[in-house]
Amino acid sequence: MKKNESFWQQLIKLDEVSRENPLDEQLMASAADEPESVLREKSPFDFAFAEIQQEEKREELYIAERLQATHLHAWVDRKGKKWGRMAYNFTCVLFCIALIVFLMSTVLRLPPLGAAENPTNNEVARRYLEKGLEETGAVNMVAGMILDYRAFDTFGESTVLFVAACSVLLLLKLGDHKSGEVTPAMREAEWDDRHHEPKNDAILQLAAKLLVPVILLFGMYIVLAGHLGPGGGFSGGAVMGAGLILYLNAFGFEKTGRFFTYKTFRWVTFIALMTYALLKSYSFFCGANHLKSGIPLGTPGAILSSGLILPLNICVGLIVMCTMYVFYTLFRKGGM
Amino acid sequence: MGEWILFAVSVLLLVCGLFLMLSAVIGQYRFQYVLNRMHAASMGDSLGLGLVLLSLCLSTSDGWLIAKYLLVVLFVWLTSPTAGHLIARLEIATDSQYQQEMEMIEK
Repeated sequence: MKKNESFWQQLIKLDEVSRENPLDEQLMASAADEPESVLREKSPFDFAFAEIQQEEKREELYIAERLQATHLHAWVDRKGKKWGRMAYNFTCVLFCIALIVFLMSTVLRLPPLGAAENPTNNEVARRYLEKGLEETGAVNMVAGMILDYRAFDTFGESTVLFVAACSVLLLLKLGDHKSGEVTPAMREAEWDDRHHEPKNDAILQLAAKLLVPVILLFGMYIVLAGHLGPGGGFSGGAVMGAGLILYLNAFGFEKTGRFFTYKTFRWVTFIALMTYALLKSYSFFCGANHLKSGIPLGTPGAILSSGLILPLNICVGLIVMCTMYVFYTLFRKGGM
Repeated sequence: MGEWILFAVSVLLLVCGLFLMLSAVIGQYRFQYVLNRMHAASMGDSLGLGLVLLSLCLSTSDGWLIAKYLLVVLFVWLTSPTAGHLIARLEIATDSQYQQEMEMIEK
């Protein structure tokens, strides 16, 4: 009975507090600050006893729930956060030690540097260098490796770029391009863009007029010469994308919108990815027999040589260029 | 004798260019305001790089190499001031307190 009484006292006290201050915070704060003994001494037993008896059942349920919640919150504040942090630190240290032990044991088992029977001195590198030209057709062995021996990997990279562009499009694009209406968010972005970015800047326009053709030409050269020398789709595409971005900065969205819209982006990336997939999946499904392209093996200086490396480079370059340009437009004002 | 004079001139130009580059780097870190720092950086970009490449032009006799060096100079002299101009414009557009740092003459 004695125990029950003290419980009731607590209930009364809490009920009073919760009626005066319906907010949970104050309830929790008062319960957390004062230890239970103080609470018991301060609350008088005979306060509103009749009222309690009237609504005994309901109050009991309600306040017991409250009390439990209060205790839980107070426990989390007092002990839970501390224990959680300690557990986190302990797990971190344990994980780091495990990682260090694992890596160091691996290092200890590595073969000695430069030994003849090391796994790096295998037939793969020799084969790349000896038979690369006749098997892939590329004079530039790096291009032959990434676009022929490891073409599936490069296909994955191109797809990653495409997927990244798609997700940025989903996240940052303002408005709906099908309905074509101008939303307030679009108008705000347009105003912001006009305020911060230079428009119709004569100096920039003159520089862009001189530089953009050179930059685009250089990018095309890098893409088209990727099978004969240093270069390739990724680097050339990046250069061409930079040229397009410079043109956009100088002359604005109206000028670039004439030749580059979402439709262009969709179709160019779709066609490039599909071409790549078809050309290479033929090899995958036909046991590494390449599609008969009719393009001869690589000859230094001849652009139209090296088998399928040239079309694959062009595909990759187009994808990289479109992705860079679309990224820029989306990050700048959420659309073209 | 002529070779030696050429060599001395090219070394002198190289040292001048490197000194300008160094002062550009120091200015980049010592100055506080954006436009001052840009001024320091563009000194190194234009004059310092020009002097270094001029000295390289003097130190070789290969015509194609000289043409490539001159192309580099041309490209940098086209792009670097343009980029500096845009950054300065952006500073004026975004910083409303720029008049505390300088006077601007309205055209």
